[in-house]
Amino acid sequence: MSEIVRRDPRREWIARNRLHPEHASVLAEIGGGTAVSEWLGPHGVIRKNPRAIGFIGPNGIKRIDRSGAQQGGQAAGAARQAAQDSRRKVNIEAPAFLVAVVPDMTGGRLSGHDKDLLGLARRLADADPERPGAVLAVVFGEHNRERGGELKEQSFGEAGIDRLLHLDDDAYAGFAPEARLAALAAVERELAPRHWLLPDSPLGGADLGRRLAMRLGERPATGVWQIEADSEAPQGWCCTARGAAESLDIQRPLPRVALALAECAEPVDETRHAAAPLSLTETIPSAFSRIEDLGQVAVDPAGVALAEAEFILSAGNGVKDWEGFHHAARVLGATEGASRVAVDDGFMARDRQVGATGTWVTARVYLAVGISGAIQHLQGIQSCDKVVAINLDPGCDMIKRADLAVIGDSAEILAALLAKVEQQRGGQRDAA
Amino acid sequence: MRPEEQGIDVAVLVSVGRHPITGRARRADQDARGLELALGLERQLPGSRVSLLHAGPCAEESEAALRGYLGMSAGTGLETLTLLEQAEGSDAIPALAEHLAAAPPQLVITGARAERGEGSGLLPYALAERLGWPLVNGLAAVEKIEKGVATLLQALPRGQRRRLKVRLPAIVSVDAAAPVARQSAFGPARRAGIEATPVPAEPDRELAAWQLAPARKRPKRLKIVKAASARERFKAAAAKAEGGGGQVLTDVTPEQGAEAILKLLKEEGVLPRG
Repeated sequence: MSEIVRRDPRREWIARNRLHPEHASVLAEIGGGTAVSEWLGPHGVIRKNPRAIGFIGPNGIKRIDRSGAQQGGQAAGAARQAAQDSRRKVNIEAPAFLVAVVPDMTGGRLSGHDKDLLGLARRLADADPERPGAVLAVVFGEHNRERGGELKEQSFGEAGIDRLLHLDDDAYAGFAPEARLAALAAVERELAPRHWLLPDSPLGGADLGRRLAMRLGERPATGVWQIEADSEAPQGWCCTARGAAESLDIQRPLPRVALALAECAEPVDETRHAAAPLSLTETIPSAFSRIEDLGQVAVDPAGVALAEAEFILSAGNGVKDWEGFHHAARVLGATEGASRVAVDDGFMARDRQVGATGTWVTARVYLAVGISGAIQHLQGIQSCDKVVAINLDPGCDMIKRADLAVIGDSAEILAALLAKVEQQRGGQRDAA
Repeated sequence: MRPEEQGIDVAVLVSVGRHPITGRARRADQDARGLELALGLERQLPGSRVSLLHAGPCAEESEAALRGYLGMSAGTGLETLTLLEQAEGSDAIPALAEHLAAAPPQLVITGARAERGEGSGLLPYALAERLGWPLVNGLAAVEKIEKGVATLLQALPRGQRRRLKVRLPAIVSVDAAAPVARQSAFGPARRAGIEATPVPAEPDRELAAWQLAPARKRPKRLKIVKAASARERFKAAAAKAEGGGGQVLTDVTPEQGAEAILKLLKEEGVLPRG
């Protein structure tokens, strides 16, 4: 049976019109098996069953919608449940070609830029529905689970990845362009993808992509922000790329290797792909490296600009122990931020203010201590990845925004956190 | 400085920049930062020699811009700029690679990308591939150079730094994280010389075939709301920014709360080690 719901506007109109003579019978018809709420009694009097009116809402509470849109409410509720999981499953068994994508994977998960890039890869792969290509993602190193323990395969599949080549080795950790390049060259030899797509981002994609293009002997398109089908181009596509310090638009045929900017395409949101794991048959030759990574250098967190800090410890009206707060920021290695109230009261400098009138921050982890979350403050932390809130009030807006919220006294919780951090560091030192 | 420390040869590749507002030729910002880094290295390692290298046409406008770099040389040993003379629109990479291979310096410093032409930032990568030298991008500082091994600080996004050891000879590219270039003085710029040597060059046919236009504004991404009913559309429009599905811990001891926070911080890897 077809899934398409046929609508009869006239019947719907009768169902809305309680004074229509056929109202009761139409309602009974639309309602299907459910109890009729209104009918004409044997003596010509309208009888009503108030318990049959309405439907059970998503929270388990009975709702009555008199607009007429909710006739047969239970059925609609079930349909909405199904809509939660409406992504079409796509499994490409025998792809005509491969589109290789090397995402940045900052912090072990796909960034927004990566997802845009995968959307672009899907456009290239799905251009011809008769002969679809597969999107191959080459992922280096560890990856984290998404929020709530969502499986990584699922998030990869939802981003539009058909085949996943996961290279997890110590050699690829840190700054290891030569090892990564050797791995990508092995992928090129064995799988020969038709397109190579990398993010043109300072997080590593721009560097690796240019190296790869030079190794493959291709002249890549950099700063690509738009692609269009073009039958005259050798690959069937032409692209628009930024050039000359963002002051030129270059229209050119799409080469094999392309480095794309953020928002180059819409991320995948209607389909779920297989993300089937893949492995190379040949062993990757270990590259002789002339660059040795000595690890990250400790940077004074107070010197990092608030707008680009990675980890922000932010204080609001709920903080009373300011000495303890500054000490916590030092121990955790976090950049300090503040809400408007804390700045107005003179506890923090004006340049530390987060929010619409202060700085719009982009931190990966934003730890808000005693901040209730005014809308201006929430605007300022829109692009933060993870928000942790410590607050006394369980009903405030910051708790709703937070990925993890702890209700309690901020000074005590911060002190306990510091004790744990210091204890662990002490333990490591003893072990070493 | 100990006497056994030897100076090194540093070549700085410079290009003609473009003022972002007026569009006039100027010294390119990143290349000037590269030269500043090289001059700092000269002070750090006495006996080092800095040479300036440019490949391009010898025109009046570009000469004025190139003299901008020479104007930074007051009080240093730098006096001339080597100009590999080519016609406009030729490929600079073969000429530069040949010149560098003929008399290899130990360190080549370039800006990350040019301010004119394609500006793809490929030149350091192409040179590194041709010469077979290691390449480090986004250099912030040179810490020390000993026995042919340089210890460098690489700038990462979000103000972070990474320490790298690189065997020389190497190519490094600098971007906005490198120290700001000093002012250019007019007198030394006038007095310094430009040594022009014509080199054979091939025109860049691919670049000539592309269509170049002034950058137009990129369309702003629209928020796509997939809602079937008016109520859902209204909810989407009026919704506050919410994480949704966040975990809320009520009635926990401070220790339990701290444990949960610590777990998240560790998962994200933001805590400093040590």
